[in-house]
Amino acid sequence: MDGAAAAAPTATPTASPTPGSTHEGNGRALIEIRDLKTYYPIKAGILRRTVGQVRAVDGVDFEVRRGEVFGLVGESGCGKTTLGRTIVRLEKATSGEVLLDGHDVLAFDGGDLKKMRRRMQVIFQDPVGSLNPRMPISDIIGEGLLAQADKQNGWGERKVRDKRVSDYLEVVGLRRDYTRRYPHEFSGGQRQRIGIARALALSPEFIFADEPVSALDVSIQSQILNLLIDLREQFDLTFLFVAHNLSVVQYISDRVGVMYLGKLVEMADVAELYAHPRHPYTIALLSAIPDPDPRVKSRRLVLTGDVPSPANPPSGCRFHTRCWLRRQLNNPENCEKEDPPFRELASGHRVACHWAESVVDAAVADVVPTVDVEVPTDLPTAADVGAPVVTEIETPSVVEMAEAEEDAAVAPEPVRPEEPPGPTAGRV
Amino acid sequence: MTEAVVAPERRAGVGDVLLDVRDLRTHFEVMDGTVKAVDGVSFSLRKGGRLALVGESGCGKSVTALSIMRLIDMPPGKFAGGEILFEGRNLLKLDDREIRKVRGGEIAMIFQEPMTSLNPVMTVGDQISEAVLLHQPVNRKGAQEVALQSLVDVGVPDPKRRVKQYPFELSGGMRQRIMIAMALSCNPKLIIADEPTTALDVTIQRQILELIKSVQERTGTALLLITHDLGVVAETVDEVAVMYAGRVVETGTVEEVLLNPRHPYTRGLLESIPSQGKKGQRLSAIKGVVPNPFRMPKGCKFEPRCPYAWEAGAEEEPPLIELGPDRTSRCWLYDRRYADHLADYEGRAQKKSAEVAS
Repeated sequence: MDGAAAAAPTATPTASPTPGSTHEGNGRALIEIRDLKTYYPIKAGILRRTVGQVRAVDGVDFEVRRGEVFGLVGESGCGKTTLGRTIVRLEKATSGEVLLDGHDVLAFDGGDLKKMRRRMQVIFQDPVGSLNPRMPISDIIGEGLLAQADKQNGWGERKVRDKRVSDYLEVVGLRRDYTRRYPHEFSGGQRQRIGIARALALSPEFIFADEPVSALDVSIQSQILNLLIDLREQFDLTFLFVAHNLSVVQYISDRVGVMYLGKLVEMADVAELYAHPRHPYTIALLSAIPDPDPRVKSRRLVLTGDVPSPANPPSGCRFHTRCWLRRQLNNPENCEKEDPPFRELASGHRVACHWAESVVDAAVADVVPTVDVEVPTDLPTAADVGAPVVTEIETPSVVEMAEAEEDAAVAPEPVRPEEPPGPTAGRV
Repeated sequence: MTEAVVAPERRAGVGDVLLDVRDLRTHFEVMDGTVKAVDGVSFSLRKGGRLALVGESGCGKSVTALSIMRLIDMPPGKFAGGEILFEGRNLLKLDDREIRKVRGGEIAMIFQEPMTSLNPVMTVGDQISEAVLLHQPVNRKGAQEVALQSLVDVGVPDPKRRVKQYPFELSGGMRQRIMIAMALSCNPKLIIADEPTTALDVTIQRQILELIKSVQERTGTALLLITHDLGVVAETVDEVAVMYAGRVVETGTVEEVLLNPRHPYTRGLLESIPSQGKKGQRLSAIKGVVPNPFRMPKGCKFEPRCPYAWEAGAEEEPPLIELGPDRTSRCWLYDRRYADHLADYEGRAQKKSAEVAS
């Protein structure tokens, strides 16, 4: 369209990158994040003295390249939303840098900050909570336009604004004349479309999408995902896409970062990450996804315990308290002593694990049903999928764990033994 | 409607049927009219069996569960028809005293939100023993022992300390374990789990799913799982009933329903899940939205969104048509008169799955 989006010099991106290469933007970083930290103080006592810090984001380095969708996954409380919000200056960073085209976003104020806001927009998770129930759609979308109005764009004028609101309603698949309606008149999916229109109306280059489909039913979720993919092509957008649903992230992203307790633990091209995950946490996440294909029967890696508190993260590698690989390797010392560096394992594939080299695809395929195992339409049997490779992943007994970690919940049973070659599609 | 089409031999009360829901209709009288949240739901569950009710928000799956537990507020709710046979007794006909014995004793329920469904001012031990005291011939001390044992059964570490804690001191996954312990404490014949893992993270969800499965296998309790997640369905149960707009639209074993869906809605749901094979392709979305409960379509409730629809669906609602033993679909495709439409449906379906595979 018009405005700043036109500045993006990339060729029209397509939604399907070839494996091994990133998105066909020019690969230049639009946003660089350097050692970013966001801490929240914990206050206690009548003097409200700061007694500690929640390290929501604790030293994160990565870049978002122009024209790509960078997916960020992790469980609740891992800091993925805080990270996104810090990048777009909705939270105050404690330290570090966020560079937008080489300029430090965190240092902006006044007019620069306002200009930056126009280039970086947000789509929020909750389509109900993020729309003011007392405002008609024209004001919800128009508010940002009004704030950014200048002589050039003429957004100060109601007529111009309303036309633009209608234009963008149309872009997101809603009717032009919905401008006078209120949020309660729309369904969840439609509200999310309004939230998207609001972000787009300012012609941003970068959109931080914070769990944009998590609150939606699966049939509506696919409508919104399709819309996002179309819009990305149409407007040359760059996305930071935060979600906890790994299938959604896999579907939409070009590169993916996995977060655990405020840190990135693994980052790679999407195909590489899902086919050759190397961090034990990533593998556990992938293993945990329930697969809607009943033919897929595999051992599941059950992570014990809960995510530790980010106010008091474990020493050394933060994942060591729940790590199956560490147990498998007989608890090497450096896991609890040294914080593993976020190092490059292969080109573009970074991992924060001392022992990432000891992970092999065969072992991964045993617990992650879809890894490197094609599921053709003519039905593999359970035996094919469950691979004969035997890994020695064991869940400790209740007693051991309770001793090891007081506050952790424990999977009550050891990982199920090999599934018997269960009902296969032959029955169908 | 012609509900009689439904598998008659299944209805004849074969000895091992534990729960038989027949043409259940739960309606709510609200200011703007009647919301027919559940309007013709039929399914049955065997002793020790595992069945999932699947559907999107508003399809009536939770109301069905609450109806079985008789936890529907009346008014505005009312049972407008049908019956719920639990071991041959119609739960809808029981008086308050009788239903209280069933509720928690013979049928236990695990709710979605473990924080709001636990009492914040009672210790975990007291909450569990409360139910035990109500349903079992034990004294207070004995009830506490049962509570402790049930925590051990669900793998709660350090159970002696946990019984004295309050819900706020526990994590989400731990609370859900407490809920499961509570449900199990009275050795129910049926556990209804309403979205038990929806509020949990994926690694915690995995723990709870494994727990539910192992507990179910160990105790032989029947499981009625309410969920929207077809992945959870595939891994947890043996049989599925898919719901849409207050009706069951398809039933069958997990393998049959998920691999060879015989209702366009089920097919649409499966096709809209993002997966590895669909990377780079558009997701096939189901067009439109769930119908407004006050303006339900006249014929088939899915007809306005159905990519395969023809006139038959617009005019008359199809019955639940029997396709085989324990296999039904509420779609005109399976009426003999429309065999040519069925051929078209199967052809298109095949083409689609070939596309995804390639």
